[in-house]
Amino acid sequence: MLEIPCPWCGPRAEVEFACGGESGPPRPADPGSLDDAAWTAWLWNRTNRKGPHVETWWHQAGCGRWFLLARDTSDDRVLASWPIGATPPPLPEEGA
Amino acid sequence: MRFSLANVLRQGFSGQTGWPLQWRKAEPARSYDVVVVGGGGHGLATAYYLARNHLVRRVAVLEKGPIGLGNTGRNTTICRSNYLRPESIALYDHALRLWHGLSEELDYNVMFSPRGVLMLAHTRHEAEVLERHVHADRLAGVDNEWLSPAQAKAFCPPLEIRSLRFPVLGAALQRRGGTARHDAVAWAYARAASARGVDVCEGCEVTGIRVAGGRLVGLETRKGPIATETAVLVAAGHSSVLAKMAGFELPIVSYPLQALVSEPLKPCFPCVAMSGTIHAYVSQSDKGELVIGAGTDRYPSYGQKGSAPVIEDAVEAIAELFPIFRRVRMLRQWAGIVDVTPDRSPILGESPVRGLWLNCGWGTGGFKATPGSGHLTAWSLAHGKPHPLLVPFGLERFSTGRLVDEAAAAAVEH
Ligand SMILES: Cc1cc2nc3c(=O)[nH]c(=O)nc-3n(C[C@H](O)[C@H](O)[C@H](O)COP(=O)(O)OP(=O)(O)OC[C@H]3O[C@@H](n4cnc5c(N)ncnc54)[C@H](O)[C@@H]3O)c2cc1C
Ligand SMILES: [Zn+2]
Repeated sequence: MLEIPCPWCGPRAEVEFACGGESGPPRPADPGSLDDAAWTAWLWNRTNRKGPHVETWWHQAGCGRWFLLARDTSDDRVLASWPIGATPPPLPEEGA
Repeated sequence: MRFSLANVLRQGFSGQTGWPLQWRKAEPARSYDVVVVGGGGHGLATAYYLARNHLVRRVAVLEKGPIGLGNTGRNTTICRSNYLRPESIALYDHALRLWHGLSEELDYNVMFSPRGVLMLAHTRHEAEVLERHVHADRLAGVDNEWLSPAQAKAFCPPLEIRSLRFPVLGAALQRRGGTARHDAVAWAYARAASARGVDVCEGCEVTGIRVAGGRLVGLETRKGPIATETAVLVAAGHSSVLAKMAGFELPIVSYPLQALVSEPLKPCFPCVAMSGTIHAYVSQSDKGELVIGAGTDRYPSYGQKGSAPVIEDAVEAIAELFPIFRRVRMLRQWAGIVDVTPDRSPILGESPVRGLWLNCGWGTGGFKATPGSGHLTAWSLAHGKPHPLLVPFGLERFSTGRLVDEAAAAAVEH
Protein backbone atom coordinates (compact mmCIF):
# COMPACT_ATOMS: atom_id res chain seq x y z
CA MET A 1 0.00 0.00 0.00
CA LEU A 2 1.43 3.38 -0.96
CA GLU A 3 1.36 6.33 1.39
CA ILE A 4 0.25 9.34 -0.61
CA PRO A 5 1.11 12.80 0.74
CA CYS A 6 -1.94 15.03 0.17
CA PRO A 7 -0.67 18.64 0.20
CA TRP A 8 -3.58 19.53 2.52
CA CYS A 9 -4.12 16.44 4.67
CA GLY A 10 -0.64 14.97 4.90
CA PRO A 11 0.31 11.31 4.34
CA ARG A 12 -2.73 9.04 3.90
CA ALA A 13 -3.35 5.49 2.66
CA GLU A 14 -3.52 4.84 -1.09
CA VAL A 15 -7.11 3.57 -0.89
CA GLU A 16 -8.38 7.10 -0.04
CA PHE A 17 -7.25 8.37 -3.45
CA ALA A 18 -7.98 8.03 -7.13
CA CYS A 19 -5.17 8.53 -9.63
CA GLY A 20 -6.12 10.75 -12.57
CA GLY A 21 -3.16 9.63 -14.66
CA GLU A 22 -0.28 11.44 -16.30
CA SER A 23 -0.41 15.22 -16.07
CA GLY A 24 -0.02 16.21 -19.71
CA PRO A 25 0.27 19.53 -21.53
CA PRO A 26 -2.80 21.82 -21.25
CA ARG A 27 -5.68 21.40 -23.70
CA PRO A 28 -4.85 23.34 -26.89
CA ALA A 29 -6.66 26.68 -26.85
CA ASP A 30 -8.00 26.25 -30.39
CA PRO A 31 -8.31 22.53 -31.23
CA GLY A 32 -9.85 23.36 -34.64
CA SER A 33 -6.58 24.89 -35.79
CA LEU A 34 -4.58 21.72 -35.13
CA ASP A 35 -3.93 19.09 -37.79
CA ASP A 36 -4.95 15.48 -37.12
CA ALA A 37 -1.47 14.45 -36.02
CA ALA A 38 -1.14 17.21 -33.43
CA TRP A 39 -4.67 16.62 -32.08
CA THR A 40 -4.13 12.85 -31.91
CA ALA A 41 -0.86 13.38 -30.06
CA TRP A 42 -2.53 15.60 -27.48
CA LEU A 43 -5.65 13.50 -27.11
CA TRP A 44 -4.23 9.97 -26.99
CA ASN A 45 -0.44 9.82 -26.71
CA ARG A 46 1.26 9.59 -23.33
CA THR A 47 4.92 9.69 -22.39
CA ASN A 48 4.12 6.69 -20.12
CA ARG A 49 7.54 7.33 -18.67
CA LYS A 50 9.53 4.74 -16.77
CA GLY A 51 11.06 6.97 -14.13
CA PRO A 52 9.95 10.30 -12.60
CA HIS A 53 6.32 10.78 -13.65
CA VAL A 54 4.06 13.74 -12.81
CA GLU A 55 0.43 12.78 -12.34
CA THR A 56 -2.86 14.14 -11.02
CA TRP A 57 -4.41 12.61 -7.91
CA TRP A 58 -7.77 13.16 -6.25
CA HIS A 59 -8.18 12.82 -2.51
CA GLN A 60 -11.54 11.23 -3.07
CA ALA A 61 -12.23 9.92 0.44
CA GLY A 62 -10.55 12.88 2.15
CA CYS A 63 -10.54 16.60 1.40
CA GLY A 64 -11.84 16.00 -2.14
CA ARG A 65 -9.14 18.12 -3.77
CA TRP A 66 -7.05 17.41 -6.87
CA PHE A 67 -3.28 17.89 -6.69
CA LEU A 68 -0.07 16.96 -8.48
CA LEU A 69 2.26 14.19 -7.44
CA ALA A 70 5.63 13.10 -8.77
CA ARG A 71 6.34 9.38 -8.49
CA ASP A 72 9.07 7.18 -9.90
CA THR A 73 7.13 4.62 -11.94
CA SER A 74 10.05 2.18 -11.94
CA ASP A 75 9.78 1.56 -8.18
CA ASP A 76 6.68 3.57 -7.08
CA ARG A 77 8.73 5.86 -4.81
CA VAL A 78 6.78 9.09 -4.21
CA LEU A 79 9.07 12.08 -4.91
CA ALA A 80 6.91 15.13 -4.11
CA SER A 81 3.38 16.50 -4.15
CA TRP A 82 2.13 20.05 -4.55
CA PRO A 83 -1.14 21.93 -5.08
CA ILE A 84 -2.29 22.60 -8.63
CA GLY A 85 -0.94 25.99 -9.69
CA ALA A 86 1.97 25.96 -7.21
CA THR A 87 5.56 25.80 -8.46
CA PRO A 88 6.69 22.16 -8.55
CA PRO A 89 9.76 21.29 -6.48
CA PRO A 90 12.90 20.31 -8.43
CA LEU A 91 12.62 16.71 -9.65
CA PRO A 92 15.36 14.23 -10.55
CA GLU A 93 16.15 13.83 -14.23
CA GLU A 94 14.73 10.82 -16.00
CA GLY A 95 16.96 7.77 -15.63
CA ALA A 96 18.59 9.24 -12.52
CA MET B 1 14.62 -34.34 -31.19
CA ARG B 2 10.90 -34.96 -31.66
CA PHE B 3 8.65 -36.10 -28.83
CA SER B 4 7.77 -39.25 -30.77
CA LEU B 5 6.63 -42.49 -29.12
CA ALA B 6 9.97 -44.10 -30.00
CA ASN B 7 11.98 -41.25 -28.48
CA VAL B 8 9.84 -41.11 -25.35
CA LEU B 9 10.30 -44.87 -24.82
CA ARG B 10 14.03 -44.74 -25.54
CA GLN B 11 14.52 -41.87 -23.08
CA GLY B 12 12.33 -43.61 -20.54
CA PHE B 13 14.66 -46.61 -20.54
CA SER B 14 17.82 -44.48 -20.38
CA GLY B 15 16.87 -42.28 -17.43
CA GLN B 16 15.72 -39.25 -19.49
CA THR B 17 19.37 -38.20 -19.86
CA GLY B 18 19.56 -38.01 -23.65
CA TRP B 19 17.24 -35.07 -24.37
CA PRO B 20 19.10 -32.18 -26.01
CA LEU B 21 18.61 -28.50 -25.08
CA GLN B 22 15.18 -27.48 -26.31
CA TRP B 23 16.51 -24.42 -28.13
CA ARG B 24 19.98 -23.18 -29.10
CA LYS B 25 21.56 -20.48 -26.93
CA ALA B 26 22.27 -18.10 -29.79
CA GLU B 27 24.53 -15.04 -29.84
CA PRO B 28 23.32 -12.26 -32.14
CA ALA B 29 24.87 -11.87 -35.61
CA ARG B 30 25.71 -8.40 -36.91
CA SER B 31 22.74 -8.18 -39.27
CA TYR B 32 19.35 -9.80 -39.85
CA ASP B 33 16.49 -9.73 -42.34
CA VAL B 34 13.97 -9.38 -39.49
CA VAL B 35 14.55 -8.68 -35.81
CA VAL B 36 11.85 -9.36 -33.23
CA VAL B 37 12.31 -7.28 -30.07
CA GLY B 38 10.87 -9.13 -27.06
CA GLY B 39 10.98 -12.86 -26.33
CA GLY B 40 7.50 -13.35 -24.94
CA GLY B 41 4.95 -15.62 -26.58
CA HIS B 42 3.96 -13.07 -29.22
CA GLY B 43 7.56 -12.36 -30.26
CA LEU B 44 8.57 -16.03 -30.36
CA ALA B 45 5.42 -16.96 -32.30
CA THR B 46 6.10 -14.18 -34.80
CA ALA B 47 9.63 -15.50 -35.36
CA TYR B 48 8.38 -19.08 -35.70
CA TYR B 49 5.79 -18.25 -38.36
CA LEU B 50 8.30 -16.04 -40.23
CA ALA B 51 10.59 -19.05 -40.56
CA ARG B 52 7.89 -21.71 -40.94
CA ASN B 53 5.32 -20.03 -43.24
CA HIS B 54 7.31 -17.37 -45.04
CA LEU B 55 10.76 -18.98 -45.16
CA VAL B 56 12.48 -15.81 -43.99
CA ARG B 57 15.99 -17.01 -43.31
CA ARG B 58 17.83 -14.61 -41.04
CA VAL B 59 15.53 -13.91 -38.09
CA ALA B 60 16.46 -13.06 -34.51
CA VAL B 61 14.46 -12.69 -31.31
CA LEU B 62 16.19 -10.30 -28.88
CA GLU B 63 15.07 -10.74 -25.27
CA LYS B 64 16.51 -8.67 -22.45
CA GLY B 65 16.17 -11.45 -19.84
CA PRO B 66 15.35 -15.14 -20.25
CA ILE B 67 12.44 -15.81 -22.62
CA GLY B 68 8.90 -16.02 -21.36
CA LEU B 69 9.37 -14.26 -18.01
CA GLY B 70 7.34 -11.21 -19.03
CA ASN B 71 3.56 -11.32 -19.14
CA THR B 72 3.68 -14.60 -21.03
CA GLY B 73 4.92 -16.32 -17.87
CA ARG B 74 2.78 -14.24 -15.51
CA ASN B 75 -0.73 -14.46 -16.89
CA THR B 76 -3.74 -16.52 -15.88
CA THR B 77 -3.90 -18.23 -19.31
CA ILE B 78 -7.55 -17.67 -20.19
CA CYS B 79 -8.23 -18.25 -23.90
CA ARG B 80 -11.53 -17.21 -25.50
CA SER B 81 -12.82 -15.27 -28.49
CA ASN B 82 -16.22 -13.95 -27.32
CA TYR B 83 -15.49 -10.28 -27.96
CA LEU B 84 -17.98 -7.65 -29.14
CA ARG B 85 -16.80 -6.04 -32.40
CA PRO B 86 -16.59 -8.05 -35.62
CA GLU B 87 -12.93 -7.03 -36.08
CA SER B 88 -11.97 -8.35 -32.65
CA ILE B 89 -14.07 -11.50 -32.92
CA ALA B 90 -12.27 -12.33 -36.18
CA LEU B 91 -8.85 -11.64 -34.67
CA TYR B 92 -9.33 -13.58 -31.43
CA ASP B 93 -11.16 -16.45 -33.09
CA HIS B 94 -8.34 -16.85 -35.60
CA ALA B 95 -6.10 -17.40 -32.55
CA LEU B 96 -8.56 -19.73 -30.83
CA ARG B 97 -8.70 -21.94 -33.92
CA LEU B 98 -4.89 -22.15 -33.92
CA TRP B 99 -4.88 -23.08 -30.20
CA HIS B 100 -6.96 -26.14 -30.99
CA GLY B 101 -4.15 -27.74 -33.04
CA LEU B 102 -1.12 -26.09 -31.49
CA SER B 103 0.40 -28.99 -29.53
CA GLU B 104 0.49 -31.12 -32.70
CA GLU B 105 1.80 -28.26 -34.84
CA LEU B 106 4.66 -27.49 -32.44
CA ASP B 107 5.27 -31.08 -31.26
CA TYR B 108 5.06 -29.80 -27.70
CA ASN B 109 2.29 -30.21 -25.16
CA VAL B 110 0.98 -26.71 -24.50
CA MET B 111 -1.77 -28.29 -22.37
CA PHE B 112 -4.55 -26.40 -24.12
CA SER B 113 -7.71 -27.28 -22.24
CA PRO B 114 -11.00 -26.02 -23.73
CA ARG B 115 -12.96 -26.43 -20.49
CA GLY B 116 -15.34 -23.51 -21.07
CA VAL B 117 -15.18 -19.87 -19.99
CA LEU B 118 -18.12 -18.66 -17.91
CA MET B 119 -18.62 -14.89 -17.60
CA LEU B 120 -20.97 -13.95 -14.76
CA ALA B 121 -23.49 -11.11 -14.66
CA HIS B 122 -24.37 -9.61 -11.27
CA THR B 123 -26.39 -6.58 -12.38
CA ARG B 124 -29.09 -5.92 -14.97
CA HIS B 125 -26.65 -3.75 -16.88
CA GLU B 126 -24.04 -6.47 -16.98
CA ALA B 127 -26.57 -9.10 -18.03
CA GLU B 128 -27.62 -6.93 -20.98
CA VAL B 129 -24.01 -6.26 -22.00
CA LEU B 130 -23.14 -9.95 -21.88
CA GLU B 131 -26.30 -10.92 -23.80
CA ARG B 132 -25.33 -8.41 -26.44
CA HIS B 133 -21.96 -10.15 -26.68
CA VAL B 134 -23.68 -13.52 -27.07
CA HIS B 135 -25.73 -12.20 -29.99
CA ALA B 136 -22.79 -10.41 -31.63
CA ASP B 137 -20.68 -13.55 -31.41
CA ARG B 138 -23.39 -15.81 -32.79
CA LEU B 139 -23.97 -13.44 -35.70
CA ALA B 140 -20.25 -13.72 -36.42
CA GLY B 141 -20.44 -17.52 -36.28
CA VAL B 142 -18.59 -17.82 -32.97
CA ASP B 143 -20.01 -19.90 -30.11
CA ASN B 144 -21.25 -18.10 -27.01
CA GLU B 145 -24.42 -18.96 -25.14
CA TRP B 146 -26.54 -17.37 -22.43
CA LEU B 147 -27.16 -19.44 -19.29
CA SER B 148 -29.77 -18.91 -16.58
CA PRO B 149 -28.46 -18.85 -12.99
CA ALA B 150 -29.51 -22.48 -12.53
CA GLN B 151 -27.76 -23.51 -15.76
CA ALA B 152 -24.63 -21.63 -14.65
CA LYS B 153 -24.73 -23.49 -11.32
CA ALA B 154 -25.12 -26.81 -13.12
CA PHE B 155 -22.10 -26.02 -15.31
CA CYS B 156 -20.01 -24.79 -12.36
CA PRO B 157 -21.29 -26.43 -9.14
CA PRO B 158 -19.03 -24.51 -6.69
CA LEU B 159 -20.70 -21.25 -7.79
CA GLU B 160 -22.99 -19.56 -5.24
CA ILE B 161 -25.79 -17.96 -7.27
CA ARG B 162 -27.73 -16.45 -4.36
CA SER B 163 -24.94 -14.44 -2.76
CA LEU B 164 -26.35 -11.23 -1.25
CA ARG B 165 -23.48 -9.05 -2.46
CA PHE B 166 -23.00 -10.58 -5.90
CA PRO B 167 -26.17 -12.46 -6.95
CA VAL B 168 -25.75 -14.25 -10.30
CA LEU B 169 -28.38 -13.08 -12.80
CA GLY B 170 -27.04 -15.20 -15.64
CA ALA B 171 -23.82 -16.01 -17.42
CA ALA B 172 -22.30 -16.13 -20.90
CA LEU B 173 -20.52 -19.38 -21.70
CA GLN B 174 -18.00 -19.98 -24.45
CA ARG B 175 -17.44 -23.73 -24.47
CA ARG B 176 -14.47 -23.62 -26.89
CA GLY B 177 -12.57 -21.31 -24.52
CA GLY B 178 -10.28 -22.52 -21.76
CA THR B 179 -6.70 -22.39 -20.56
CA ALA B 180 -3.21 -23.39 -21.71
CA ARG B 181 0.16 -23.79 -20.01
CA HIS B 182 1.80 -20.37 -20.44
CA ASP B 183 5.47 -21.39 -20.01
CA ALA B 184 5.03 -24.29 -22.40
CA VAL B 185 3.79 -21.87 -25.06
CA ALA B 186 6.95 -19.77 -24.84
CA TRP B 187 9.20 -22.86 -24.75
CA ALA B 188 7.36 -24.56 -27.61
CA TYR B 189 7.62 -21.57 -29.93
CA ALA B 190 11.27 -20.97 -28.97
CA ARG B 191 12.09 -24.63 -29.66
CA ALA B 192 10.23 -24.73 -32.96
CA ALA B 193 11.64 -21.39 -34.12
CA SER B 194 15.18 -22.34 -33.13
CA ALA B 195 14.84 -25.64 -35.01
CA ARG B 196 14.03 -23.61 -38.15
CA GLY B 197 17.14 -21.45 -37.78
CA VAL B 198 15.85 -18.49 -35.76
CA ASP B 199 18.42 -17.05 -33.33
CA VAL B 200 16.75 -16.77 -29.92
CA CYS B 201 19.11 -14.38 -28.11
CA GLU B 202 18.53 -14.11 -24.37
CA GLY B 203 20.16 -11.45 -22.20
CA CYS B 204 20.20 -9.13 -25.19
CA GLU B 205 18.38 -5.93 -24.25
CA VAL B 206 17.67 -3.40 -27.00
CA THR B 207 18.98 -0.02 -25.81
CA GLY B 208 18.60 2.12 -28.91
CA ILE B 209 16.85 2.24 -32.28
CA ARG B 210 18.70 3.78 -35.23
CA VAL B 211 16.56 5.68 -37.71
CA ALA B 212 17.81 7.49 -40.83
CA GLY B 213 15.53 9.53 -43.08
CA GLY B 214 12.43 8.14 -41.38
CA ARG B 215 13.54 4.54 -41.98
CA LEU B 216 14.79 1.90 -39.59
CA VAL B 217 18.46 1.09 -40.10
CA GLY B 218 19.44 -0.83 -36.99
CA LEU B 219 19.29 -1.51 -33.29
CA GLU B 220 21.69 -0.95 -30.41
CA THR B 221 21.81 -3.82 -27.95
CA ARG B 222 23.72 -4.89 -24.85
CA LYS B 223 25.53 -7.27 -27.18
CA GLY B 224 26.49 -4.67 -29.77
CA PRO B 225 24.81 -3.01 -32.77
CA ILE B 226 22.69 -5.00 -35.21
CA ALA B 227 21.86 -3.81 -38.73
CA THR B 228 18.33 -4.49 -39.94
CA GLU B 229 15.71 -2.77 -42.08
CA THR B 230 12.77 -4.64 -40.56
CA ALA B 231 12.00 -5.05 -36.89
CA VAL B 232 8.91 -5.47 -34.75
CA LEU B 233 8.52 -4.25 -31.18
CA VAL B 234 6.76 -6.91 -29.10
CA ALA B 235 7.60 -5.64 -25.64
CA ALA B 236 4.17 -5.46 -23.90
CA GLY B 237 4.46 -3.13 -20.87
CA HIS B 238 7.75 -1.67 -22.14
CA SER B 239 6.45 -0.66 -25.57
CA SER B 240 6.45 3.07 -24.74
CA VAL B 241 10.07 2.84 -23.58
CA LEU B 242 11.09 1.32 -26.93
CA ALA B 243 8.93 3.73 -28.96
CA LYS B 244 10.72 6.60 -27.27
CA MET B 245 14.06 5.21 -28.50
CA ALA B 246 12.67 5.48 -32.03
CA GLY B 247 11.39 9.01 -31.41
CA PHE B 248 7.61 8.63 -31.10
CA GLU B 249 4.96 8.23 -28.41
CA LEU B 250 2.15 5.70 -28.15
CA PRO B 251 -1.41 5.83 -26.80
CA ILE B 252 -0.45 3.33 -24.12
CA VAL B 253 -0.35 3.40 -20.33
CA SER B 254 1.51 0.67 -18.40
CA TYR B 255 -0.22 -0.74 -15.33
CA PRO B 256 0.59 -3.62 -12.99
CA LEU B 257 -1.86 -6.52 -13.24
CA GLN B 258 -1.81 -9.10 -10.47
CA ALA B 259 -2.53 -12.76 -9.99
CA LEU B 260 -2.12 -15.29 -7.22
CA VAL B 261 -2.26 -19.05 -6.74
CA SER B 262 -3.45 -21.18 -3.85
CA GLU B 263 -2.08 -24.35 -2.33
CA PRO B 264 -2.89 -27.33 -4.60
CA LEU B 265 -6.33 -28.93 -4.16
CA LYS B 266 -7.96 -32.07 -5.53
CA PRO B 267 -9.76 -31.34 -8.84
CA CYS B 268 -12.82 -29.35 -7.78
CA PHE B 269 -13.32 -26.54 -10.28
CA PRO B 270 -14.44 -27.51 -13.79
CA CYS B 271 -14.13 -24.32 -15.84
CA VAL B 272 -12.88 -20.76 -15.95
CA ALA B 273 -15.21 -18.34 -14.15
CA MET B 274 -14.86 -14.61 -14.43
CA SER B 275 -16.77 -11.60 -13.23
CA GLY B 276 -16.44 -8.11 -14.67
CA THR B 277 -18.17 -6.23 -11.86
CA ILE B 278 -15.83 -7.45 -9.22
CA HIS B 279 -12.65 -7.79 -11.26
CA ALA B 280 -11.91 -11.34 -10.26
CA TYR B 281 -11.60 -14.61 -12.07
CA VAL B 282 -10.55 -18.13 -11.20
CA SER B 283 -9.64 -21.48 -12.70
CA GLN B 284 -7.82 -24.56 -11.40
CA SER B 285 -4.49 -25.56 -12.88
CA ASP B 286 -3.58 -29.16 -13.67
CA LYS B 287 -1.32 -29.05 -10.60
CA GLY B 288 -4.44 -28.32 -8.54
CA GLU B 289 -3.71 -24.72 -7.63
CA LEU B 290 -6.48 -22.17 -7.90
CA VAL B 291 -5.28 -19.49 -10.29
CA ILE B 292 -6.90 -16.20 -9.34
CA GLY B 293 -6.62 -12.93 -11.21
CA ALA B 294 -7.41 -9.41 -10.06
CA GLY B 295 -8.02 -6.05 -11.73
CA THR B 296 -5.27 -3.64 -12.77
CA ASP B 297 -3.70 -1.44 -10.13
CA ARG B 298 -5.13 2.06 -9.86
CA TYR B 299 -2.04 3.95 -10.99
CA PRO B 300 0.48 3.46 -13.82
CA SER B 301 3.70 1.69 -12.88
CA TYR B 302 6.57 -0.41 -14.14
CA GLY B 303 7.20 -1.88 -10.67
CA GLN B 304 6.33 -5.58 -10.98
CA LYS B 305 4.96 -5.75 -7.43
CA GLY B 306 1.32 -4.79 -7.38
CA SER B 307 -0.78 -3.05 -4.79
CA ALA B 308 -2.18 -5.12 -1.90
CA PRO B 309 -5.71 -3.61 -1.74
CA VAL B 310 -6.39 -4.76 -5.31
CA ILE B 311 -5.60 -8.37 -4.42
CA GLU B 312 -7.75 -8.12 -1.30
CA ASP B 313 -10.76 -7.00 -3.35
CA ALA B 314 -10.34 -9.91 -5.76
CA VAL B 315 -9.98 -12.51 -3.02
CA GLU B 316 -12.99 -11.16 -1.08
CA ALA B 317 -15.12 -11.48 -4.18
CA ILE B 318 -13.91 -15.01 -4.93
CA ALA B 319 -14.68 -16.09 -1.35
CA GLU B 320 -18.18 -14.63 -1.69
CA LEU B 321 -18.93 -16.31 -5.03
CA PHE B 322 -17.26 -19.63 -4.24
CA PRO B 323 -17.77 -20.30 -0.52
CA ILE B 324 -15.90 -23.63 -0.75
CA PHE B 325 -12.67 -21.63 -1.22
CA ARG B 326 -13.00 -19.55 1.95
CA ARG B 327 -10.39 -21.49 3.91
CA VAL B 328 -7.94 -22.14 1.10
CA ARG B 329 -4.47 -20.70 1.71
CA MET B 330 -2.72 -18.65 -0.94
CA LEU B 331 0.84 -19.48 -1.91
CA ARG B 332 2.23 -16.77 -4.18
CA GLN B 333 1.25 -13.41 -5.62
CA TRP B 334 2.90 -11.52 -8.49
CA ALA B 335 2.31 -8.77 -11.05
CA GLY B 336 3.07 -8.21 -14.70
CA ILE B 337 3.18 -4.85 -16.49
CA VAL B 338 0.38 -4.60 -19.04
CA ASP B 339 0.18 -2.12 -21.93
CA VAL B 340 -3.33 -0.65 -21.89
CA THR B 341 -4.76 1.26 -24.88
CA PRO B 342 -7.72 3.68 -24.80
CA ASP B 343 -10.05 1.23 -26.62
CA ARG B 344 -8.61 -1.94 -25.01
CA SER B 345 -7.64 -3.29 -28.42
CA PRO B 346 -4.08 -4.07 -29.51
CA ILE B 347 -1.93 -1.93 -31.82
CA LEU B 348 -0.74 -3.99 -34.79
CA GLY B 349 0.91 -2.55 -37.88
CA GLU B 350 3.68 -0.28 -39.03
CA SER B 351 4.90 2.50 -36.74
CA PRO B 352 5.65 6.09 -37.85
CA VAL B 353 9.19 4.80 -38.63
CA ARG B 354 9.32 2.87 -41.95
CA GLY B 355 10.36 -0.73 -41.40
CA LEU B 356 9.61 -0.64 -37.69
CA TRP B 357 6.43 -2.53 -36.79
CA LEU B 358 4.32 -2.67 -33.66
CA ASN B 359 2.70 -5.60 -31.90
CA CYS B 360 1.61 -4.18 -28.55
CA GLY B 361 -1.31 -2.83 -26.58
CA TRP B 362 -2.64 -6.29 -25.73
CA GLY B 363 -3.05 -5.00 -22.20
CA THR B 364 -4.73 -7.38 -19.83
CA GLY B 365 -5.79 -9.96 -22.39
CA GLY B 366 -3.20 -10.90 -24.99
CA PHE B 367 -2.18 -14.41 -23.98
CA LYS B 368 -5.22 -15.87 -25.71
CA ALA B 369 -4.11 -14.20 -28.94
CA THR B 370 -0.53 -15.51 -28.92
CA PRO B 371 -0.69 -17.94 -31.89
CA GLY B 372 -2.89 -15.66 -34.02
CA SER B 373 -0.88 -12.56 -33.24
CA GLY B 374 2.37 -14.25 -34.23
CA HIS B 375 0.84 -15.83 -37.32
CA LEU B 376 -0.64 -12.58 -38.66
CA THR B 377 2.30 -10.38 -37.67
CA ALA B 378 4.66 -12.72 -39.51
CA TRP B 379 2.43 -12.47 -42.59
CA SER B 380 2.48 -8.67 -42.35
CA LEU B 381 6.27 -8.48 -42.02
CA ALA B 382 6.79 -10.90 -44.90
CA HIS B 383 4.42 -8.99 -47.19
CA GLY B 384 5.37 -5.48 -46.07
CA LYS B 385 1.72 -4.64 -45.41
CA PRO B 386 -0.72 -5.50 -42.62
CA HIS B 387 -2.66 -8.75 -42.96
CA PRO B 388 -6.35 -7.97 -43.77
CA LEU B 389 -7.40 -9.12 -40.27
CA LEU B 390 -4.95 -6.63 -38.72
CA VAL B 391 -5.89 -3.58 -40.81
CA PRO B 392 -8.47 -2.30 -38.26
CA PHE B 393 -5.84 -2.42 -35.50
CA GLY B 394 -3.30 0.02 -36.96
CA LEU B 395 -2.02 3.03 -35.03
CA GLU B 396 -3.89 5.27 -37.53
CA ARG B 397 -7.18 4.44 -35.84
CA PHE B 398 -6.40 7.01 -33.16
CA SER B 399 -6.34 9.79 -35.80
CA THR B 400 -9.24 8.52 -37.89
CA GLY B 401 -11.38 7.84 -34.83
CA ARG B 402 -12.19 4.28 -35.94
CA LEU B 403 -11.50 2.80 -32.51
CA VAL B 404 -12.25 -0.86 -31.83
CA ASP B 405 -13.91 -0.39 -28.47
CA GLU B 406 -13.63 -3.51 -26.36
CA ALA B 407 -13.77 -1.81 -22.98
CA ALA B 408 -16.73 -3.97 -21.98
CA ALA B 409 -15.28 -7.25 -23.26
CA ALA B 410 -11.96 -6.55 -21.59
CA ALA B 411 -13.25 -4.79 -18.49
CA VAL B 412 -12.31 -7.85 -16.56
CA GLU B 413 -8.56 -8.13 -16.69
CA HIS B 414 -7.73 -11.42 -18.35
C1 LIG C 1 -1.42 -11.17 -14.04
C2 LIG C 1 -1.77 -11.23 -15.50
C3 LIG C 1 -2.84 -12.02 -15.91
C4 LIG C 1 -3.17 -12.10 -17.27
N1 LIG C 1 -4.17 -12.94 -17.63
C5 LIG C 1 -4.44 -13.13 -18.93
C6 LIG C 1 -5.40 -14.11 -19.34
O1 LIG C 1 -5.97 -14.82 -18.51
N2 LIG C 1 -5.68 -14.26 -20.66
C7 LIG C 1 -5.05 -13.48 -21.60
O2 LIG C 1 -5.37 -13.62 -22.78
N3 LIG C 1 -4.10 -12.56 -21.27
C8 LIG C 1 -3.78 -12.37 -19.95
N4 LIG C 1 -2.83 -11.45 -19.59
C9 LIG C 1 -2.19 -10.63 -20.61
C10 LIG C 1 -1.09 -11.41 -21.32
O3 LIG C 1 -0.21 -11.95 -20.38
C11 LIG C 1 -0.29 -10.52 -22.27
O4 LIG C 1 -1.14 -9.75 -23.09
C12 LIG C 1 0.60 -11.37 -23.20
O5 LIG C 1 1.23 -12.40 -22.49
C13 LIG C 1 1.62 -10.49 -23.87
O6 LIG C 1 2.58 -11.31 -24.49
P1 LIG C 1 3.87 -10.63 -25.12
O7 LIG C 1 4.65 -11.73 -25.69
O8 LIG C 1 3.45 -9.52 -25.99
O9 LIG C 1 4.55 -9.94 -23.85
P2 LIG C 1 5.63 -10.46 -22.80
O10 LIG C 1 5.49 -11.89 -22.49
O11 LIG C 1 5.59 -9.50 -21.64
O12 LIG C 1 6.97 -10.30 -23.60
C14 LIG C 1 7.61 -9.06 -23.82
C15 LIG C 1 9.07 -9.29 -23.65
O13 LIG C 1 9.79 -8.13 -24.07
C16 LIG C 1 10.96 -8.07 -23.30
N5 LIG C 1 11.54 -6.73 -23.41
C17 LIG C 1 11.07 -5.57 -22.89
N6 LIG C 1 11.90 -4.56 -23.18
C18 LIG C 1 12.90 -5.08 -23.92
C19 LIG C 1 14.07 -4.52 -24.53
N7 LIG C 1 14.38 -3.22 -24.43
N8 LIG C 1 14.90 -5.36 -25.23
C20 LIG C 1 14.62 -6.69 -25.32
N9 LIG C 1 13.54 -7.25 -24.76
C21 LIG C 1 12.68 -6.46 -24.07
C22 LIG C 1 10.49 -8.45 -21.90
O14 LIG C 1 11.56 -8.88 -21.09
C23 LIG C 1 9.47 -9.54 -22.21
O15 LIG C 1 10.00 -10.85 -22.09
C24 LIG C 1 -2.46 -11.33 -18.23
C25 LIG C 1 -1.39 -10.54 -17.82
C26 LIG C 1 -1.02 -10.50 -16.47
C27 LIG C 1 0.15 -9.67 -16.07
ZN1 LIG D 1 -6.58 15.73 1.21
